[in-house]
Amino acid sequence: MLQFLQNLGKTTRSSFAKLGRASFFLSHTLTGISDVLPRPNLLIKQVYSVGVLSFLIITISGLFVGMVLGLQGFNILSDFGAEESLGVMVAASLVRELGPVVSALLFAGRAGSALTAEIGLMKATEQLSGMEMMAVDPIKRIISPRFLAGFLSMPLLAALFSAIGIMGGHLVGVGMLGVDDGAFWAQMQASIDFQEDIINGVIKSVVFGFVVSWIALFEGYDAIPTSEGVSRATTRTVVNSAFSVLALDFILTALMFGDI
Amino acid sequence: MANSASPEDNIVSISNLSFSRGPRKIFDAVSLEIQRGKITAIMGPSGTGKTTLLKLIGGQLTPDRGQIQVDGQNVHRLKTRELYELRKRMGMLFQSGALLTDMNVYDNVAFPLREHTHLPESMIRSLVLMKLHAVGLRGARNLMPNELSGGMARRVALARAIALDPLMIMYDEPFTGQDPISMGALVHLIKSLNTTLGLTSIIVSHDVQETAAIADYIYVLSEGKIIGQGTPQQLQESDSEWVQQFMHGDADGPVHFHYPARDYLDDLLASK
Repeated sequence: MLQFLQNLGKTTRSSFAKLGRASFFLSHTLTGISDVLPRPNLLIKQVYSVGVLSFLIITISGLFVGMVLGLQGFNILSDFGAEESLGVMVAASLVRELGPVVSALLFAGRAGSALTAEIGLMKATEQLSGMEMMAVDPIKRIISPRFLAGFLSMPLLAALFSAIGIMGGHLVGVGMLGVDDGAFWAQMQASIDFQEDIINGVIKSVVFGFVVSWIALFEGYDAIPTSEGVSRATTRTVVNSAFSVLALDFILTALMFGDI
Repeated sequence: MANSASPEDNIVSISNLSFSRGPRKIFDAVSLEIQRGKITAIMGPSGTGKTTLLKLIGGQLTPDRGQIQVDGQNVHRLKTRELYELRKRMGMLFQSGALLTDMNVYDNVAFPLREHTHLPESMIRSLVLMKLHAVGLRGARNLMPNELSGGMARRVALARAIALDPLMIMYDEPFTGQDPISMGALVHLIKSLNTTLGLTSIIVSHDVQETAAIADYIYVLSEGKIIGQGTPQQLQESDSEWVQQFMHGDADGPVHFHYPARDYLDDLLASK
């Protein structure tokens, strides 16, 4: 029992210490952003590796998610004779939920893990330490541009995901199952609200982009500089990002759509 | 004491330094002076915190007690900005080279110049080529760090360390894991850069022969204390058994070959 309490205390203390380090890291990163803005080249390079290189996985996943939605939605809606609402169903689920959430999960797996491994290895090979000794602040030079790139890319990737998904739904619903083309788009236009649906979706993806980039970069920076340490940090990035995204999604949805 | 120069001649002076990592004491009230313009070596077996000492001098770690003065400034009292200003005048050569792996040799050497100066690109080019020429790698400027051998990587790192014309350079185990030719090249480079650029060099190493060949003064560290100091000549003739063992690389002596264990015979006969 005493052992249990001791361990509990130790774990609590170390997780609070980690939270403290993470907060300090975040504030340092955010102040570093002012140094990134005058040097757009640093940012462009990172937007390329974090954002542009995630294009393919986001596009393909978006297409398939949209196609599955089209199929399943058609099956359910046709029971009620409401196939023409397929457009609304596909678009609403993508723009409100699946777009931001699934693209954030994919982003954590594709770009987040890469960021953690990159930063962790830079730490292990003394590149960060070497930079410090050259009087270059590694957080400002290395972390801040990557953070900003992740933060900016996420909403764009989520929007791409939703757009491609809707096309996937259209492909299946209209192209294969014979839903009326005009009804598909018209019902969607009539029901999807810009403020309620689209802006809220964008807000979600902005929050997810912030959190996933923060977790990925912090885990890399805080990694134990050995091969095992980096591999564990990469795992933690994916797991913690997934948890945070899903939990935050519930909270944000409750705030935006629920009357709780 | 042989090293009793006036304080202005010391670029680094460490007094009463104590540092521990967890329960382990790495330094226990260590005091030492590094003279300006000289090559000073800090030697000792692996795990005596030699690299830690360089990190303390560079302000990356904070001592538990004692103070470190570099060029008249107390390193651990400085504000971050002042510390960064001071670091521009210190070069450090990491054991691994610590080259930035996403840039080629040229960009690595240009990195500190681009970060800290607003020189036009043409002038950066001239400076980079001069520094690379000094380490003999002007022709390797387009290679990526993963295409370099260990010795070449260290020479590139050296070119980068002298890019901002520092006052002093700290070498972390510069000779470890080098073949005889690269080793010879590095020994020669460290010596010649020190004289031609008017640097002060601090070498942390356990390679006795190479270090003794170029060092002006040597401190020998063990278990957190300085157990011997002097010119290489003085240390060779030291009457301390420990220093003798270290300088000559004897397998047994005051430092035992065997890790502390219970009696050999008892151990063999015991059931488990």
